[in-house]
Amino acid sequence: MEACPSIKNILLLDSDGKRVAVKYYTDDWPTLAAKLAYEKSVSTKTLKTNARSEAEITMFDSYIVVYKFVQDLHFFVTAGVDENELIIATVLQGFVDAVELLLRNEVDKRTALENLDLILLCLDEIVDGGIILETDASVIAGKVATHSLEGVGSLSEQTISQALATAREHLARSLLR
Amino acid sequence: MAEPLVKKDDDRDDEVDYSPFMGIEKGAVLQEARVFNDPQLDARKCSQVITKLLYLLNQGETFTKIEATEVFFAVTKLFQSKDTGLRRMVYLMIKELSPSADEVIIVTSSLMKDMNSKTDMYRANAIRVLCRITDGTLLTQIERYLKQAIVDKNPVVASAALVSGIHLFQTNPEIVKRWSNEVQEAVQSRAALVQFHALALNHQIRQNDRLAVSKLVTSLTRGSVRSPLAQCLLIRYTSQVIRESGVNTQTGERPFFDFLEACLRHKAEMVIFEAARAITELSGVTSRELTPAITVLQLFLSSSKPVLRFAAVRTLNKVAMTHPLAVTNCNIDMESLISDQNRSIATLAITTLLKTGNESSVDRLMKQITNFMSDIADEFKIVVVEAIRSLCLKFPLKYRSLMNFLSNILREEGGFDYKKAIVDSIVILIRDIPEAKEGGLFHLCEFIEDCEFTYLSTQILHFLGNEGPKTSDPSKYIRYIYNRVILENATVRASAVSTLAKFGALVDSLKPRIFVLLRRCLYDSDDEVRDRATLYLNMLGGDGLVGETDKDVKEFLFGSLDVPLVNLETSLRNYEASEEPFDISTVPKEVKLQPHTEKKAPGKKPSGLGAPTSGPTSAVDAYEKVLLSIPEFSGFGELFKSSAPVELTEAETEYAVNVVKHIYDGHVVFQYNCTNTIPEQLLENVTVFVDASEAEEFSEVASKPLKTLPYDSPGQSFVAFEKPEGVPAVGKFSNLLKFIVKEVDSTTGEADEEGVEDEYQLEDLEVVAAEYMLKVGVSNFKHAWDNMGADCERVDEYGLGVRESLAEAVSAVINILGMQACEGTDVVPSNARSHTCLLSGVFIGNVKVLARISFGIDGPKQVAMKLAVRSEDQVVSDTIHEIVASG
Repeated sequence: MEACPSIKNILLLDSDGKRVAVKYYTDDWPTLAAKLAYEKSVSTKTLKTNARSEAEITMFDSYIVVYKFVQDLHFFVTAGVDENELIIATVLQGFVDAVELLLRNEVDKRTALENLDLILLCLDEIVDGGIILETDASVIAGKVATHSLEGVGSLSEQTISQALATAREHLARSLLR
Repeated sequence: MAEPLVKKDDDRDDEVDYSPFMGIEKGAVLQEARVFNDPQLDARKCSQVITKLLYLLNQGETFTKIEATEVFFAVTKLFQSKDTGLRRMVYLMIKELSPSADEVIIVTSSLMKDMNSKTDMYRANAIRVLCRITDGTLLTQIERYLKQAIVDKNPVVASAALVSGIHLFQTNPEIVKRWSNEVQEAVQSRAALVQFHALALNHQIRQNDRLAVSKLVTSLTRGSVRSPLAQCLLIRYTSQVIRESGVNTQTGERPFFDFLEACLRHKAEMVIFEAARAITELSGVTSRELTPAITVLQLFLSSSKPVLRFAAVRTLNKVAMTHPLAVTNCNIDMESLISDQNRSIATLAITTLLKTGNESSVDRLMKQITNFMSDIADEFKIVVVEAIRSLCLKFPLKYRSLMNFLSNILREEGGFDYKKAIVDSIVILIRDIPEAKEGGLFHLCEFIEDCEFTYLSTQILHFLGNEGPKTSDPSKYIRYIYNRVILENATVRASAVSTLAKFGALVDSLKPRIFVLLRRCLYDSDDEVRDRATLYLNMLGGDGLVGETDKDVKEFLFGSLDVPLVNLETSLRNYEASEEPFDISTVPKEVKLQPHTEKKAPGKKPSGLGAPTSGPTSAVDAYEKVLLSIPEFSGFGELFKSSAPVELTEAETEYAVNVVKHIYDGHVVFQYNCTNTIPEQLLENVTVFVDASEAEEFSEVASKPLKTLPYDSPGQSFVAFEKPEGVPAVGKFSNLLKFIVKEVDSTTGEADEEGVEDEYQLEDLEVVAAEYMLKVGVSNFKHAWDNMGADCERVDEYGLGVRESLAEAVSAVINILGMQACEGTDVVPSNARSHTCLLSGVFIGNVKVLARISFGIDGPKQVAMKLAVRSEDQVVSDTIHEIVASG
């Protein structure tokens, strides 16, 4: 058994299996083609399952994949076949919850792409070279957010633009009525 | 930064494909990266450009060497900015670019400055970046800071240093080992994750020091470990210590078992599961030890979380392979999982049930599975088929319902691999359960009537040719075979022609009819089909001329090709058309490929149609070919049995050697499979010097050295011994590997002219009585027992003394005899006081042997047994008793 729990990759794909952000930690998939093929098969194999309220799990090609879907975003964490499933699930949960915090519950592909920097930093804070760095979502989000808040304060700005968008939507609805 | 990166319209609509990166182009972004060089840095703009670059990399775009270098140098300029957000992106970018050694120097000073910064975030990230891109020389410069960082009061900084240490240990273990004091201190950290990382690194530093690991475990299992992850690690290390220390022989207690058991009551599910899994994986785990672990896993089975259910059922599935009875308590929970939404869980539940099920539950189970099969994917179906196959071998009396199930699913839709798994299973069942033969062949015939896979059709036809003629009514298969000649493609037709010929050769009464059919094939549109038909007609004497002698014909049709196909192919390629016909006897018989390498592909065991016979015997066939190719051994007669490889060296030594024992009637051949694991060496004239002074009945008759043994390319050396014919002689042999070693130049790959003689001590090997016994099962033991009759029966009673458990005593006796346990009687119920075990086998000299052993255990674990042996030869019956008496 692998002495230290290790993660092989973390994938954030959209509902068509296209990449939003991915991070590979091992050479199990040496080429881009191998990586894309893996993402494709993970995506098709899990597409019909209902991984919304609880994280789901599957095993194929001697990997364990734990995954969860939120809106049009599909989160996957892959580990070796001997890994403790609950550890993988904890990593996934940390990732999903941290993204939810960072995107202020607007968890969809569009918002994720608009805040890709936050997503990439988030991945960087969860696992380092396959070794689990942190699994507590609020700590992860905290580490990512402090930087951006100190910087340009984009999160607060984002909230304002969101607020404006919501307001516009409300206005439009009331006009239509 | 979170500002959308592409300016978007105010009235943005919810079109599905909207992306801020739409139409992004590498060239344009690289142009944009010029802003990094601006004297007045715009932090936000720079962050956006980096995000775009990272987006491109993440989508699989690659930068040329020049582009990467340019971007790298531009990014290093950004260290001037005080913006923390931008700095984070810079760190990320540097890691993604993985700069070369000469580039690293540029950023080293900036990163070292950040490593000593007052901002925790800078320190933590600079450490991770620097350690990722650094090499050994630079590492010694920053070592001092890293040691400090390990004991930094900020947990993020400490974790960053520790995790970097774990990575660096792969490349620079000597340096990292020097940090052990700091790492020790960090193990006591109050921060959960720091403790986890420190524990992992500490263990890595000390992994080869058993005593240190044991001490570490002893101190930590008493203390309090805060993080569940650290606790999981501790459980893994504890299992390792348990594995190395073994059971206390006096008390029967296992050290640290209490700790594992206590972890089953931990509040984190992760830890509970890790502990339960660790317990199930203990070597020689007893049912008493298993019970608490099984209980928690059973609770997980009804969890609302799929991950928990999956983890539990997967572990129970593994337990069921070795301790089926321990899992039976969970059967009800397991049955409800058959309808689980998650098909992986359902499949695991099914296969577990198939392993734990008893004979009476088979029918009910098959009914449930039939409903389930229609809605799972092929790969799961294959798992189920394999489970059913082993179930059938376990309960041969149930072959009818299981065979029916297999033939039903064979008729349904499915891909090649799935169909192949089913066909393989049927073939194996036909081989192992004689009663299932006719029915099974009939199912296969039905299948090829409508089979879209040429490969499967030809394989089945081949099999049919070998087995069909030996059935009670061979003529009924002819129709199916000839239908192939009419309806199928050329490959299948050719194969059907060969099958017809086999029927013709073996069944005289069918010969005239076969001739008629074969003559029709002479007009086939395909030349291979015509050629085969002509050849067989000629051989069998169907064209009126005198055919070949009966023996020759059978040899030609059924004998195996005695040259390796690869060699034949090479020889044919080299053959140039000339007056001289191709002579098959000139093809070298030496086998390059060696059977041992098959083991390197786990999960791809040769079985069913792919290999001529199932499981271990296929290896024997391969061995037999190798041995036959060596003239020195050709006079030994027929190979009786080949053992599984026994390792004679420890793992990861310079030379890896294992031995396969080949047993003949009057000889024993040791096949030493040697692997040279040193790239700088070439070994020549490799022999094994065997000292047989502790094996009196054996005398060495031949030795075949291995000419050369290059790095990582296994080779074999053989030593043959003579022994009294038909006698199960036993003995112990000590082995010494002798060879000439030559240095190999690592750059040119050429070996030196001069070599030095050297030798290498191998572990001893033993030939025991079980080597002379073949495991051959019988499907209906009682029937076989009664048929054998009591003429050569011998019954005796033995005291086995104090044993650990009844199960242990039973398996010890089975191992000593080397016989096949029948009807699942090798499994002993956990609380049984007595047990009857039914064994069958074939003893050297091809003597069938059956044994019925009744075991009993009393309070102080005294085990006694009554052994009744029946065989075809009184001497053999007596010999079996002698084996037990001396074992």
